[in-house]
Amino acid sequence: MAMLTVKQLSKNFGGVTALNDINFSINKGEILGVIGPNGSGKTTLINCITGFIKASAGEIIFNGRNIKGMQPYKIVNLGICRTFQIMRPYSSMPAYKNLIIPLYGPRARKTGGWRGGGRHGDRNIIALDLLEEVGFERESKVPYKLAGTLPTGYLKRLELARCLALNPDLLICDEVFSGLSMSEIASMVPLIEKLNKSGVTIIMIEHRLKELFKVAKRIMAISYGDKIIEGSPTEVMANEKVKEAYLGSEGGV
Amino acid sequence: MKTGMRKERIDRGIKVRSDGIYALSSWREMSYLMAPRALLVGGLLLAPLILHFFPYWQKVLLIVCIYALLSMAFDFLANYVGLVCLGGSFFVGVGGYGAALLNKYLHFSPFLSIPVAALGGAAFCTFLLLPCLPLRGVYFAIITLMYPLMMTRIIEAFELFGGTNGMMDIAGFANPWAEQYFLIISTLVFLFALRRLAVEDIGLVIRGIKDNDQSVRASGINITVVKAQALFCAAFLGCFAGAYLAHMYMWAGLSMFALDFSIIPIAATVVGGGGCLLGAVVGAILLVPLSEALRAFGPLRIVSYSLILTVVIVIKGEGLLNYLSRKYDQFERWVEI
Repeated sequence: MAMLTVKQLSKNFGGVTALNDINFSINKGEILGVIGPNGSGKTTLINCITGFIKASAGEIIFNGRNIKGMQPYKIVNLGICRTFQIMRPYSSMPAYKNLIIPLYGPRARKTGGWRGGGRHGDRNIIALDLLEEVGFERESKVPYKLAGTLPTGYLKRLELARCLALNPDLLICDEVFSGLSMSEIASMVPLIEKLNKSGVTIIMIEHRLKELFKVAKRIMAISYGDKIIEGSPTEVMANEKVKEAYLGSEGGV
Repeated sequence: MKTGMRKERIDRGIKVRSDGIYALSSWREMSYLMAPRALLVGGLLLAPLILHFFPYWQKVLLIVCIYALLSMAFDFLANYVGLVCLGGSFFVGVGGYGAALLNKYLHFSPFLSIPVAALGGAAFCTFLLLPCLPLRGVYFAIITLMYPLMMTRIIEAFELFGGTNGMMDIAGFANPWAEQYFLIISTLVFLFALRRLAVEDIGLVIRGIKDNDQSVRASGINITVVKAQALFCAAFLGCFAGAYLAHMYMWAGLSMFALDFSIIPIAATVVGGGGCLLGAVVGAILLVPLSEALRAFGPLRIVSYSLILTVVIVIKGEGLLNYLSRKYDQFERWVEI
């Protein structure tokens, strides 16, 4: 059975249709890639699924339950965690203290959080372990630096770590590769693969197609709020509409 | 300025190690950390004895503590939760009327009515402010400013609780020493309790809401509940101060909703330095006696008062205590360039 099913999802901002009749589903253990040009509605789709904005119409079924219209924190506690495209760290706290907050939350307490350590263990130690897992050097000063002073690469990892602290069933990554150097992405790809192997279902929104196609076997393309196609990376890239969306139609309009 | 030299500032090792994780290795380091706290605690505890022959200034000391409580509440809400609350007088009024009612109709003694009025009043204030919690910044400030005004009008219009005359014949404290030490010790306990709360995990969540409320929501935490809890803590301090005032003046009336209780705590927090609670207390210790001393100037008092505020903001915008604690944690020495 599908873990998440989105049926006829639409979102209007006044007269602007940001999402129009989107249908897709994702099975447990899968990685689904979502691509589309800027402004095509990818982040709006995530915001609708995670409850940060209310969808205008349609259904979002997660594990047999309609979560459309639920408060974001309740959706998180059901197991859907998301990263923010524009990173949202707690700038005035050291990096590892950023992870105390998700570890303190009800989901981490119930499920134990990352690797089940959150119920009993010292949250500071768990936070440091988790930061090491996502690529903060344990022996360096980086985990203790104020989050506001960290460079983009670390902040993206911190976003990911915040989700992992919650022990997600479905992880939604909003452009975790963007703004990273090639070597940083190269170290991030195995991390995503490892997570997926450990049983986390992942939806990845990406502009970095080459890296995305390495991890995601199924891709969905969106343009102007419409779903264009869904299929394997090669199918999607061969599609005329996808080319048109990214490069413009031949002959111009 | 010496030529060819430059001032070098280095954080003391103890500061670096005690930021977040405590690693104390000697009595010297212990006393280094404890000295400022001991100064404050000892100073406040000895003050009533020292001021024994100046009964007027003993009263001023109590007003200092009242404003210290209110300033802590303001600082906590503004710099930890991110809610700029101008409703200090709302808390004072609710606490004051609460204590007066408990004493008059249920004959509670001051030592019982003050905590009960503080708890009940805090619950009442939190409940009334609950609809405003999604607001932020200046919008929250404006609406909290309206609450005390609204209460005043309601009490006037319906002639509630003695109307404009207020409620008289409230029991006072029998013993002047008990009166003073009850307030001073409570203030100190609340100060250190709140400071401890801020570094616990729940305190991190509260500060997280100020930093980035969306991230807190994405961590599965209901921010309205956390904000309400934090507001309850601040309202408790304010209501405690109000309840104490009612018993101290043996009267509760409309002037408990006066704007002073909202505005002076802000000034104290600015002067003392926000973001550490201690600064708010130090600000109150400096400002309240000063404003008493300036009483001779009559209406001009407010002018000199604002001058002092302006000077502090321009010269030491971070606040006195933040400046001093930075200096306390640093070595300074001249080095050759």
